[in-house]
Amino acid sequence: MASALINVPERARRGEIIEIKTLVSHPMETGYRRTQLGATIPRDIIRSFVCTYNGAEIFRAELHPAIAANPFITFTTVATESGTLTFQWTGDNGFSVTQSATITVG
Amino acid sequence: MPGPPALPLRRFVVTVIMAAIAASAVAAEIPRAERRSGYDLMGRETRAIQDNDTANPGMLFVLDGESLWKKKTGAVGQACADCHGDASQTMKGVAARYPAFDAREGRPIDLEQRINRCRVDRQQAPALAWESRDLLALTAYVARQSRGLPIDVTIDARTQPFLDAGRAAFHRGQGQINLSCSQCHDDLWGRKLAGSVIPQAHPTGYPIYRLEWQSLGSLQRRLRNCLIGTRAEAYEFGAPELVDLELYLMWRAQGMKLESPGVRP
Amino acid sequence: MERSTSRRDFLHATGLGGLAAGLGVASAVHVRPAHATPAAMHDAVRQVVGTARVTPGRVKLDLPPLSENGNTVPLTVTVESPMTEADHVRVIHVFTEKNPRPDVVAFHIGPRAGRANISTRIRLADTQTVTAIAQLSDGSFWSGSANVVVTLAACLEDAP
Repeated sequence: MASALINVPERARRGEIIEIKTLVSHPMETGYRRTQLGATIPRDIIRSFVCTYNGAEIFRAELHPAIAANPFITFTTVATESGTLTFQWTGDNGFSVTQSATITVG
Repeated sequence: MPGPPALPLRRFVVTVIMAAIAASAVAAEIPRAERRSGYDLMGRETRAIQDNDTANPGMLFVLDGESLWKKKTGAVGQACADCHGDASQTMKGVAARYPAFDAREGRPIDLEQRINRCRVDRQQAPALAWESRDLLALTAYVARQSRGLPIDVTIDARTQPFLDAGRAAFHRGQGQINLSCSQCHDDLWGRKLAGSVIPQAHPTGYPIYRLEWQSLGSLQRRLRNCLIGTRAEAYEFGAPELVDLELYLMWRAQGMKLESPGVRP
Repeated sequence: MERSTSRRDFLHATGLGGLAAGLGVASAVHVRPAHATPAAMHDAVRQVVGTARVTPGRVKLDLPPLSENGNTVPLTVTVESPMTEADHVRVIHVFTEKNPRPDVVAFHIGPRAGRANISTRIRLADTQTVTAIAQLSDGSFWSGSANVVVTLAACLEDAP
């Protein structure tokens, strides 16, 4: 099942600043909502998002319940070399999703 | 004191009044040239979410639908793809013409019902529950194949009575405040209801990712949402009244382009 | 109905002394706002900046002035910075004053980012001011904020 959508340019010039878009499937349950009977729906969120570029961390985000459901984060990085970008989301209840994308830098 | 108007004059006055009412009833429908998708009435930022396939959470459902399309299921162990092949070819235009008449039901059925019909009859798999993730995903995937195509439902002798029923429902006052769909969506579109812009209610993006739901949902869910919101009793999922309304809404939006999966506030 | 709190009043009341000095205003004591949440935001900001001074500027928060739906409000934060090894943004924190908790998100970047420009979508519980605080490589803190009007949807739906 699709857990995440990533948009990374397939190729870039060395030194070019590229935009990376990410979307991950997750309800981001805040922990403040209640059921019809008044019971609190427990918190269940993604807490951390990390992007590495050929193993080096280039972006990290700490998420709180105020991030909207199906978290969408876009950021930039300088295209330094060809290789692999890895994206990892981790959160409550052992949530962990990893995806990667390759980029050719010339 | 003058007596009542002479009979010919009274008849004339009554005729003028009836003509005025009839005229206003016709004038209440939105002229074709003034039809606008809910997309056009959204803010810039929300439109940007729909415009980008990575930003649009509806696309997560489309991807799920693509997986389901290829997944063998049911007693016969067949995938949708086994009969229908490449959806981008075979499903092109399908969502644009639903609800469509179904001979066995003797009435129009909507896209979700059509998908379930295939599952039960051809795949011999259990029907998917209304608003279940799998049904939404498959509907989103099929509807996505009609993105950019004009709505094109068929109105003929068979579907006309159901269109008429849907039209009557749209114009009928309902619920605690006796409000009809037409009063807001024909007469007051573009104006604000408690900070939200009232759209014309064209089903140009279904299934939609509705920000209020924080999820994808069907047109039937949206109609029930509206009925509940206007303090009327909402028909159950799958009720013929809802499908009649869907048919009328699609006919009312005939020719407008599908945007599925749309994003709405 | 409480009066709306201007940013200057808030800064005074929460005693971000360095900030008051930065504004060139005498740090007179003001009454603390009635409800707890701006105080929680103040504490959250303190956790990040400690006793350092936060200078308004260089941080631009892009938010719709009237949100279409408080569940999903698109936000873009940009910080003026050359993003070089010597001079770059290290962290951008986003806070709200009226959500149940003040923290929204923290973005950790560095010179490899090329520019400090990040977008996401947040939840806002009510009409309020959103504040972003950027921590630079030289240890300085800069802030920017934006006001967003948030209303309930016109037609609510019971739980399905």
